[in-house]
Amino acid sequence: MDFQLTKEQSFMQKMAREFAVNEVAPIAAEIDITGEFPLENVKKMGRYGLMGIPFPQEWGGAGLDYVSYTIAIEELAKACASTSAICSAHTGLCCWPIFHWGNEEQKKKYLPGLLSGKLLGAFGLTEPNAGTDAGGQQTRAVDAGDHWVLNGSKIFITNGGYADVYVVMAVTDKTKGTHDGISAFIVEKDFPGFSIGKKEDKMGIRASSTTELIFRDCIVPKENLLGKVGGGFRVAMSTLDGGRIAIASQAVGIAQGAFDVTVEYMKARKQFNKPLSKFQALQFDIADMRARIEAARMLVRKAAWLKDNNDVKFGPNAAMAKLYASETAMFVTTKAVQLHGGYGYTKDYPVERMMRDAKITEIYEGTSEVQRIIVAGDTFGK
Amino acid sequence: MKIIVCVKQVPDTNEIRINPETGTLIRDGVPSILNPDDANALEEALKIKDQYPDTHVTVVTMGPPQAKDMLMECLAMGADEAFLASDRILGGSDTWATSNAISAAIKKIGDFDIVFAGRQAIDGDTAQVGPQIAERLGLPQVTYVSDFALSEDKKTITVKRALEDGYEVVEVQTPCMLTAIKELNKPRYMSASGIANACKAEIPVWSAADLGVDQSVVGLKASPTNVFRSFTPLPKGKGMMLEGDDEKELAHNLLIQLKSRNVI
Repeated sequence: MDFQLTKEQSFMQKMAREFAVNEVAPIAAEIDITGEFPLENVKKMGRYGLMGIPFPQEWGGAGLDYVSYTIAIEELAKACASTSAICSAHTGLCCWPIFHWGNEEQKKKYLPGLLSGKLLGAFGLTEPNAGTDAGGQQTRAVDAGDHWVLNGSKIFITNGGYADVYVVMAVTDKTKGTHDGISAFIVEKDFPGFSIGKKEDKMGIRASSTTELIFRDCIVPKENLLGKVGGGFRVAMSTLDGGRIAIASQAVGIAQGAFDVTVEYMKARKQFNKPLSKFQALQFDIADMRARIEAARMLVRKAAWLKDNNDVKFGPNAAMAKLYASETAMFVTTKAVQLHGGYGYTKDYPVERMMRDAKITEIYEGTSEVQRIIVAGDTFGK
Repeated sequence: MKIIVCVKQVPDTNEIRINPETGTLIRDGVPSILNPDDANALEEALKIKDQYPDTHVTVVTMGPPQAKDMLMECLAMGADEAFLASDRILGGSDTWATSNAISAAIKKIGDFDIVFAGRQAIDGDTAQVGPQIAERLGLPQVTYVSDFALSEDKKTITVKRALEDGYEVVEVQTPCMLTAIKELNKPRYMSASGIANACKAEIPVWSAADLGVDQSVVGLKASPTNVFRSFTPLPKGKGMMLEGDDEKELAHNLLIQLKSRNVI
C-alpha cells in the first residue's frame, strides 16, 4: 500500500496546476458566459502533451499512467470544468477506443495527430431515442461494397463541431440485437454526408461544445470500421468504463475548486464581528466537504490504479468512483454557494458556475442511476 | 550549438519566513523551486533549440542530492542532459567558492557556445556567480540580458542589457556567458512527455574529486565571505502622489511639500 504519488505523478500535478492557474483560470468565468470554445488553450494543451497523457510515446502520447491522467483532469477542472471536459472526451472517448480497438493502419493514421492535439477527437453514441438505453440505436450503417453508408443522427456530442475525428456507433444488423448488431466507425469531419446539427445551450460546462451530428448518406471507407462488424457495443461499453474515471476526476476537481475558494471566502467574510471561519456550524460543513472530496479522490485514484494494472475489478470501481465523486461535486458546490450566501448566487463569485458545472457529472458518460446498476450488477450478478 | 545553463534550487520565497531569534531563513516545509531567473535562462536556451533542433542544452547545478528534482524539471521542460555537483566538501560555499566548483563542472562538460545563467538567485540575491564563472573561464560576459538575437552563422549574439535608466545593445562573440532577467521571456511549462522521459533519465552526480577541483578553493572554509546576519529590512516610508492639472501646478505643489519639510 502506497499513497505517495510517484515522481511522474507529482510532476504532472505541478505542471497541470501551473498550466491551469496561469492559462485556464483567467478565462474560465468569461467563456462560461460567452460559451466560447477555448481553442487557443486546447492547442496549448496539445503542445504540452495534455491531449495524450496515458498513451505510449511510440504513438505520440506522453507515456504516463492513468493516475497521472486523472490528476491532470482534476487540476484542469479545479479551474474550468469545460476545459477538462474537452480534454477527457478527446482522450478517453476518441483516442482510447482507437488505441485499444484500432488496427495498425488506423492507429498510424489517427493517433499521432490526435495524441499531439493537432487533431481533436469526439465520440458519438447517444441518440434522441437512445440515451441510457444505448442499445436502442437508430443510426444505420449499410455495407455498400467498397464503403459503408451511414444514416441517422447523434445528440449531445462533446467537442462536436470542433473535432476532426469522431468514433461513431451505428446499427449494422438489427436482427442481431444490441450486443452483436452495432458496429463502431471512425468518421472524419470532412467525410461526404457528415454535418453538425443543433448546438446545445447548456446549464453548465458552457464553453465545451455539445452538438448534434447528422449522417445523410455519409460515406465511410471500409477501412474505417473500428473493431469487428457487430463489435460496436463492446467498443462503446469499454470506452465508457475508462471515460468514467475522467468524469470522476473532473467532479473531484470541481469540488476541490469550490472548496478552496469557499475556505478563502470564509476567512475574509465577517458577520457579527467575526469571520465565517470562526462559526462552528459552518466549520462542520467545511469538514464534511473536505472529507467527502478526499474520499472521492481516493476512489478515483484507486480506479485509475486498477486500470494501470489491467485489473478486472476496474469497471465497478470506476463506476463507484464516478457515482460518489459526481454526487460529492453536487454536495460540495451546493454547500459552497450556501456558505457564500447571497454573493454565492451571483456571477461575481465562481461557485455558482461550479454548481452548474457539477450537475453534468451526475449525468453524462452514464448517469448516477447507470453507475448504481453497474455496481449492483457486480454485487449480485447480472 | 551547445549551451550550458547554470541553475539553482532555491526555497520558494513566497512561502519563506525568517527566524526572528537567529535571523536565518526557516527552510523547513518550504517547497524548493527552480530559481526564477534561471528558468528564463533555460527558456532562452530552449528557444534556440526550438529554432535549431540540433542544439544541445545541458543544465548543471551544485547542491544537495534533492536538487535532482529540479534538474528533472529542467529536463521535463526540454533540456537534453543534466549534471549535479554534490558533495559535503562543497557545502557552505559562498559565491567565490561556488563559481570555482561550477566552472570546474563546466570544464568537465566540455565544449560550449553559450553559458547561460539567471541574473541572481532569490535566496542570496548576489548576482555574482554568473560573472565569476565568466571570469574563471575567461569568457566575455553580458549581464541583465532582456532581449536576445543570434546571428545566422551562430557566432554573434546581439543582446539588450537592461540598466536602471535604460538599456544597452551589446554585440558579443561566442563562446560567451550571459545572465538572464525575467523580462527576457516567459518560461515554458514542463511537457507531459518530458516528465515521463525526465523521470527515466540518468542524472550523473559529481563529487568534488570528480570535478577535479582543488579542494582548497571550495566549501565553507575556503569561502572568503560569511553570512554575518540575516534580517528583514524595515519598510521604507510611504510615498506620496502629488496631484495637479498640469506640470506647472505639479511643480508648485512639489515645491510646497519640499519647503514644508525644509528640504530646500
